[in-house]
Amino acid sequence: MKRRKVDLQQAPVTAAKGVDERFQAATPLRALLNKVFPDHWSFLLGEIALFSFIILLLTGVFLTLFFDPSMKEVPYEGSYSALRGTMMSAAYESSLNLSFEVRGGLFMRQMHHWAALLFMASIVVHMARIFFTGAYRKPREANWAIGMILFLLGFLAGFTGYSLPDDGLSGTGLRIASAIMLSIPVVGTWLSASIFGGEFPGHLIIGRFYIAHVLLIPGGLLALISVHLGLVFKQKHTQWPGPMRTNTNVVGERMFPRYALKQGGFFMAVFGTVALMAGLFQINPIWLFGPYRASEVSSASQPDWYVMFMDGLVRLMPNWQIYIGDYSIPPLFWPAVVGLGALTTGPIFWPWIEARKTGDKRIHNLLERPRDNPERVGIGAMAFTFFIIATLSGGNDVIADKFHISLNAMTWAGRIGMIVLPPLAYFISVRICLGLQQHDREVLAHGVETGIIRRLPNGQFVEVHQPLGPVDDHGHPIPLEYGGWVVPKKMNRVGALAPAVKGFFFPVEKPAEAPVSPGMPPVSGDDREEITSGRK
Amino acid sequence: MTSDTPAGRRLRVFSRRRGAPSKARRRLGAAVRMVAALALAGGVYTAFAPGAFADEPRQLSATAQEGKQLYDNSCISCHGRDGQGVDDRGPSLIGVGSASVEFQVGTGRMPMTRQEAQAEEKKPQFDKNQTKQLGQYVQELGGGPELPAGELYEDVKENPEAIARGGELFRVNCTSCHSFTGAGGALSSGKFAPALHDATPETIYAAMLTGPQNMPVFGDNQLTPDEKREIITYIKVQLQEDRDPGGIFNLGGYGPSTEGIAIFLVGITILVFTSLWIAGKS
Repeated sequence: MKRRKVDLQQAPVTAAKGVDERFQAATPLRALLNKVFPDHWSFLLGEIALFSFIILLLTGVFLTLFFDPSMKEVPYEGSYSALRGTMMSAAYESSLNLSFEVRGGLFMRQMHHWAALLFMASIVVHMARIFFTGAYRKPREANWAIGMILFLLGFLAGFTGYSLPDDGLSGTGLRIASAIMLSIPVVGTWLSASIFGGEFPGHLIIGRFYIAHVLLIPGGLLALISVHLGLVFKQKHTQWPGPMRTNTNVVGERMFPRYALKQGGFFMAVFGTVALMAGLFQINPIWLFGPYRASEVSSASQPDWYVMFMDGLVRLMPNWQIYIGDYSIPPLFWPAVVGLGALTTGPIFWPWIEARKTGDKRIHNLLERPRDNPERVGIGAMAFTFFIIATLSGGNDVIADKFHISLNAMTWAGRIGMIVLPPLAYFISVRICLGLQQHDREVLAHGVETGIIRRLPNGQFVEVHQPLGPVDDHGHPIPLEYGGWVVPKKMNRVGALAPAVKGFFFPVEKPAEAPVSPGMPPVSGDDREEITSGRK
Repeated sequence: MTSDTPAGRRLRVFSRRRGAPSKARRRLGAAVRMVAALALAGGVYTAFAPGAFADEPRQLSATAQEGKQLYDNSCISCHGRDGQGVDDRGPSLIGVGSASVEFQVGTGRMPMTRQEAQAEEKKPQFDKNQTKQLGQYVQELGGGPELPAGELYEDVKENPEAIARGGELFRVNCTSCHSFTGAGGALSSGKFAPALHDATPETIYAAMLTGPQNMPVFGDNQLTPDEKREIITYIKVQLQEDRDPGGIFNLGGYGPSTEGIAIFLVGITILVFTSLWIAGKS
């Protein structure tokens, strides 16, 4: 028999050709792999959320293999001696067994919880980046709205997950949720009764939350994340203004191989960070909380951090009960239903509100530096100050205890701070933006400060400035136009010193090989007047 | 007329007795009643009064004498002579018992640095022996709760259920102020429930028995001595000796507050630097 000749070099080609002939994959794949993504560290913040979601799916699947979402009372017979013999729900028992009996179970549970906190934290940080750079402007308004809904879904996923182990802390959270439902006028009692299947806590809620937590909410998250990313692909990623970057192009790296490699590496980094935290820091020690009993409420019973702002609003609310005839509206209704509703749905409409206010109907693919839009920065600073004060107030008993402050003083500080500090934050951030703008213009008009002081014959001292562009007949720089991007402000940035130390986080301080202003040629070493020590 | 009926006669008899007796007779009657009442009171007192307290002045034991010395030097300005208290400065110590001294003085809370919402724990001013002497003195002033002799916690090896029962009692009775992890918590207006991490069994027992500062009293009919010992076993074994799995740091056991701080200070910080690093490599 004759041996068949196999050309190893040709093997991948023939295989790929075979795939293409069957699935016609080459054209769409080429478009995908050649897709260009702009590169900036702040564009990676949203990826942290995506990657923590993947970790949540992986660890979550592991947890479902051992969790029993039942409220049947069983005696605990496991290895944790401090609860042995205690009657508890099967959900709590299986969570304990998951932690103590299953190999690696506690680590997985802690990873799941830390990944959930990281998911929400990175959503907020990513959202701040989008907001302060104006990335939500036309045509990306819908993606901003989807992002807000993703936060809301994450909020619900977090809350249902927090409730599942049925321990003392999660039961307290459920009790608060039921109280919030009950506070809604007219429909409250029916709403609570239908969700809990009768009087709180009933014996259905864990099963219902379980299906919401492992199927409905993750399904919604997965669908919306797909749309979110699909829109980024379709509408293309925004980019910073800068050399060769315009409103109609995208400058960056191709999807394959560099961008994909970087993303793969970043996923590993996120995974590693979550695993590190899960291994080092204890989170939610359910075995100390005991099974849920309505009579046991611990001090420092807080929700996870992303729900804490609501808890804080409730704590700060004065006890104003409103009576209308036979009905009453409890004070809890305002912060927990109206406040939470307004704070999570209101921001969805921000892109349209801003566009209406400014009358801006243009398409924006270039980002805006925060300093170039002081009013937006001011409003963002105001919103975040409010959010931070509400969140801190959610933990005000812990702060009061550990820093030896009166709890009553903390409450009043929160109430007053909530009204006084946001406008102050608005004012300060607007002034900072204007100051930074001013400084940029100054450098463009006069050049970079060299640190060289020259004494004139009449005794006057002047600082020598390095012009960034051409000079007129008297040697004065011709003012440059601002290009919406970083203005070099250090001599190193314009090539005064050869880079000596290799940058770890940044590429080496390279001279701006690019126009610092539209219409100006790139600066290169030879064109510039040499800086001397000041003596001619 | 009704005066001839039996009822009318009774009425007559009654009204005759209500007629005013002579002055001398009234005086005599009063004197007789007075003597009788005095004799009764004196007789009952002699019959029931404990002989020891009848002696004046009070005889203090040798230990209490030492304690009185310390008391007169360090405590008297607020708690007054013989522990009778001073208005707006310090409460009376009659009847608070030696367990109270064991807690307040043994943990350094007394003498207090200044008048404030609650006495802070600090380095004890008196050593163990002096605390015992002070306790004995206060005990002899007017009785009160005392620490029982013997071990104040159960041996987990001999009595393995003690820790689970103690945990249950801890969650019912203690967590609402001291929190699930024993990390302590805030009360209103600057008052607080202290952390239990370095509390000794004696301190905890004395605290339950006497209800110091803002803590309620858990007397022996609320929590039996056995139940108190079980709670102490739980605190000692589970919360203090760190049998708590789940990593190297428990973030203070303050619940989701510190977990939220950790995710930003550790998680987000690491990843922002990572993204700076990755984006820097273009």
